[in-house]
Amino acid sequence: MKYLCLVYLAPDVWNACPDSVCADYGQTLKTNGKLIDGQPLHPTSTATTVRVRNGQLAITDGPFAETKEALAGFYLIDARDLNEAIQIAAKIPPAKFGSIEVRPTRELVVDEMPRATPDNVSRAAAAAGP
Amino acid sequence: MPELARVRAEIDNVYRKDSRKIFATLIRLLGDFDRAEEALADAFRAAVEKWPTEGIPQNPASWLVSAGRFKSIDKQRREKRFDHLEDRPDVSEALADESARPDLLPELLEDDRLRLVFTCCHPAIAPDAQVALTLREVCGLTTEEIAAAFLTPAPTMAQRIVRAKGKIRDANIPYQVPSREELPQRLDSVLRCVYLVFNEGYSASRGDSATRADLSSEAIRLGRLVLELLPEPEVRGLLALMLLHESRREARATADGELILLDDQDRQLWNRELIAEGSALVRAALTTRSVGPYALQAAIAALHAEAPTPADTDWSEIIGFYDILMRLTPSPIIALNRTVAVAQLHGPALALEHLDGLLADGALDNYQLAHAARADFLRRLDRHAEARDAYTRAIALTAQGPARRFLEKRLAALPDR
Repeated sequence: MKYLCLVYLAPDVWNACPDSVCADYGQTLKTNGKLIDGQPLHPTSTATTVRVRNGQLAITDGPFAETKEALAGFYLIDARDLNEAIQIAAKIPPAKFGSIEVRPTRELVVDEMPRATPDNVSRAAAAAGP
Repeated sequence: MPELARVRAEIDNVYRKDSRKIFATLIRLLGDFDRAEEALADAFRAAVEKWPTEGIPQNPASWLVSAGRFKSIDKQRREKRFDHLEDRPDVSEALADESARPDLLPELLEDDRLRLVFTCCHPAIAPDAQVALTLREVCGLTTEEIAAAFLTPAPTMAQRIVRAKGKIRDANIPYQVPSREELPQRLDSVLRCVYLVFNEGYSASRGDSATRADLSSEAIRLGRLVLELLPEPEVRGLLALMLLHESRREARATADGELILLDDQDRQLWNRELIAEGSALVRAALTTRSVGPYALQAAIAALHAEAPTPADTDWSEIIGFYDILMRLTPSPIIALNRTVAVAQLHGPALALEHLDGLLADGALDNYQLAHAARADFLRRLDRHAEARDAYTRAIALTAQGPARRFLEKRLAALPDR
């Protein structure tokens, strides 16, 4: 099951964790088949927020909301259950300095099409007529 | 007794004794709270249908688990008409199991209930929701009963439980007993929950009976289960506390269900076996270096239990334990209980001073026992008009019959002024 681990850091600890340490951990997860993707982010000063209301595009400088701890990066992981996801998140190096939000992902719900089986097909063919 | 009536009586009996255990096992087998609840209902319906003609099975609980599980899988199969069964390994596996070994009844593991308790008390669930969920799923309390115990509106409580179940499902909190490393941390919530269950049984928050025996013995049973798994001082402390409270059950109310205060209880009716067991557990818990709040509360209860008459109660020692307790876990309710002990040792005037100080904070505003205690101090100081106000306030906050009647009697007994 997939979990998104969002790394949040306050400004004073933004650089507390060296990239090499994060990279090492990412590599470990990859080797264990737990990492699907992960990226660090530029600081929130580089963010741009886009909204569309009533057909109008609004562009603002900065993150969608100013928070004490800001989004610094993410790890998309594959774990057996929440307990394993928590264990993985706990070892994310910035966890010592900030907060890691662990959120389960879900599949998009798309309209179900009945699967084609031999019965369905011949019944449909019969119903369709000559 | 006619056959049908006998069977019905037996089904009721099994429901009372085993429905929660059956439910816990069904959760393990079906992996889902709501499905397990449906399966439980279906199973009992099947029993009502089949047992009159087929006879009562040798192991009724196992039969019910089997029936519930089968009906659930059948239901799931019918719900997913368009899915190929090969894509649902869990369903096809289960069906294979059923057909291959129909004689093998699923084991109702003692562990299942523990598993359920620890899952309901998972730290990823909000603490209040943990307790609500456990009370609902493990002990079978209604949402209303739980709401009353928490002094919370019932819809709020219902929402809380629904959200917690949603969290378990969507975040995939596994149905497992925690590993040895995680265990101590997870235990805290469990103990808190067990104690709340006990209290709900000990002094029912709604309705007309002052106590509900089943829930208290349920909580004690849970306490023993946890102690077996984790013989920690605080588990001992909690079990001791519950046993010591329980020892007074026979003396706590009249035949009509009216309240009898500790001072007025017939101590011959106290269960000496429970007191002995509780006291032994307290002594064991107190010898460790880190004494916890449950052990301390149990120590206070033991001091009451060991006094042959109210006059023999060692109030000074009791206040000493309250002081340690206040340092460990300061709470307005503990402070309130301390004032009652102060009243016994130093008189109601000093106790009232302390209590008024507490009430000024506002935390005890809606707590019936605070106003009841205040009323009692005022009564003993002959400040009858103020006592009247305090009793009235306490009565307004009391939902429970016997406590309410007790306060009304005290109010009525005040001299007219």
